[in-house]
Amino acid sequence: MKNPSISTRLNLIIPGKQKDIRSTEKRDRVLKAIAMIILYAILIIAAIGILLPFYYMIIASFMSEAELKLGSSFWPMQGNFFENISYNYTETLSRFNYFKYVGNTLIVGLLTTVGQMFITIISAFAFGRLKFKGRDTLFAIFLATMMIPGEMMVITNYTTMSNLGLIGLQTTGLQSFTAMILPFLTSVFYIYLLRENFRQIPNELYLAAKVDGKSDWNYLWKVMVPLSMPTLITIFILGIIGSWNAYVWPKLVVSNQDYYLVSVALRGATLQLEERPDTFVTQTSWVMASTVLVTLPLLILFIIFRKYIMRGVGRAGIKG
Amino acid sequence: MESKNNWKAWLYLAPVLILMSIFTFYPLINTFFISFLKNFDYRSGANSGFTFDNYGIVLGITEKVAGIPESKVTEFVQYALPNTFLVTFITVPISIILSLLIAIGINNVKWFKKGLQTIFFMPYVTNIIAVGMVFSVIFGDNGIFNFIFGLSGTKWVTESASWQNSMTILCLYIIWSALPYKILIFSSGLQNIDKQYYDAAKIDGSNKWKTTMKITIPLLSPQILYIMITSFIGAFKEYNAVVGLFNRNYTDSGNVHDLTTVVYYIYQQLEGNNPQMHIAAAGAVILFAIIMVFTFVQMRVSKKRVHY
Repeated sequence: MKNPSISTRLNLIIPGKQKDIRSTEKRDRVLKAIAMIILYAILIIAAIGILLPFYYMIIASFMSEAELKLGSSFWPMQGNFFENISYNYTETLSRFNYFKYVGNTLIVGLLTTVGQMFITIISAFAFGRLKFKGRDTLFAIFLATMMIPGEMMVITNYTTMSNLGLIGLQTTGLQSFTAMILPFLTSVFYIYLLRENFRQIPNELYLAAKVDGKSDWNYLWKVMVPLSMPTLITIFILGIIGSWNAYVWPKLVVSNQDYYLVSVALRGATLQLEERPDTFVTQTSWVMASTVLVTLPLLILFIIFRKYIMRGVGRAGIKG
Repeated sequence: MESKNNWKAWLYLAPVLILMSIFTFYPLINTFFISFLKNFDYRSGANSGFTFDNYGIVLGITEKVAGIPESKVTEFVQYALPNTFLVTFITVPISIILSLLIAIGINNVKWFKKGLQTIFFMPYVTNIIAVGMVFSVIFGDNGIFNFIFGLSGTKWVTESASWQNSMTILCLYIIWSALPYKILIFSSGLQNIDKQYYDAAKIDGSNKWKTTMKITIPLLSPQILYIMITSFIGAFKEYNAVVGLFNRNYTDSGNVHDLTTVVYYIYQQLEGNNPQMHIAAAGAVILFAIIMVFTFVQMRVSKKRVHY
């Protein structure tokens, strides 16, 4: 980048080829510009491919059912645009008990995440700051569990929950929520993430706190936790997203529809219209409206906390 | 100080140890155990002793009801296992190569870099079930995809669609949803590569292609190995994409289970009024073994090729 100013002054002539450095440089610059344009074109086309399902999801929920069934437009043309929107969404909301399921998801998500964060903080503190026999071995065992497919645990956990009386049609909300939360209060990945962060906090701070007569417990909550806020925010956001997207376990342990989480409810929702007497037809535009309702909060959360989410997820690979 | 810390540390670890003992370590052993129990009833824990039959039933060798050859079900061997292997060996290499190319591409641009990174990461935070449903509308019989390519009426994902067509869309969807995580990991790996290497290559006069092959890829090898291992594990466990994309009722008997995966098969055993825990356990142990073998082989093979 700094070189051109030197070469313009030097103006070297390459013998025999009758090309001076200036024209060579100019050709190089043109080639580079073309390469850049091609690169951008490829990246933008790929980006459109990534975005297309989101675009179509939103646009399909704005269409009239008849137009969507034709499947020939990228933009709602038929009928009144705003009427379509209000009709599709009010009908969807009245059938797909959205706010109730969001409520369930928030209860389960917040309790899981808060519990998970507390356990992660104290465990990461023990692994990252305290010294004890077998620490590294235990941590290695913890990390190794991340490779084991969850299905191995699901089978026995289902049995455990059933024996505790937390599974069945007659369960109360408290029982169902407990069954959904309990197995997910620990996360080895988050402990790993936070431990890495704790270990970066200089030893001197710990020693200084010791001199001041601060207990470990106080030091953890007054010094380490505030210093690790960005990581904790990441863990919190990822935890909420995880609960929002949870499907397998909540579907398995909850039989009563009243306690469904959004993802489970979404797949099981019947969004049908009685087009003729006794003929119920699934309305695709309503299905798309329901997927928008489930996806949009996530996208908003992502846009607000993009930095935290991407940094937290990206850090997993750095150590390899 | 050391000894004083000792018991305190265990106190800090008590919650995680108790919870993981109940929900991680005990299940791991117990599931192995259940997979060898004959006629296991999960409610009472009753069983008729030790057997290898559960594995035989899963693998389609043993009859489910002794003496009745018709009760031999080969769903796992015929559909679940081949489907899972196919999905794995198609989606993992394609998504790794694509994400590597995209990550290198993004790394080489300046304008709109952040924007591109954000867009390519978006599918990561979205709901696999919800977007799967969107894919099934896009690839519907009268969907927008058929309209654009003039394939009106071609069945991709609906009930009467051919296995090949459904599989194509399933793989496409899995690749779409697998890209963001890989791109992010590769991008953060690329950012950590010391610029000195590139400067040195420039002085040596090596071109972009050579620089990529000789510097970028080797220095990115820890990330590539990490992504390979995690992608193989993820692909072997494919389940949500199948649920989101296809609305076929697999629990009904008589339906062709041609798109089940290994994990799908396992959860199928848990459904209904009489969950077959011992069969599901045998399936899970087989999956566990497959994943272990693949992870081990990859680590072995890569030992010489990964530069730390």
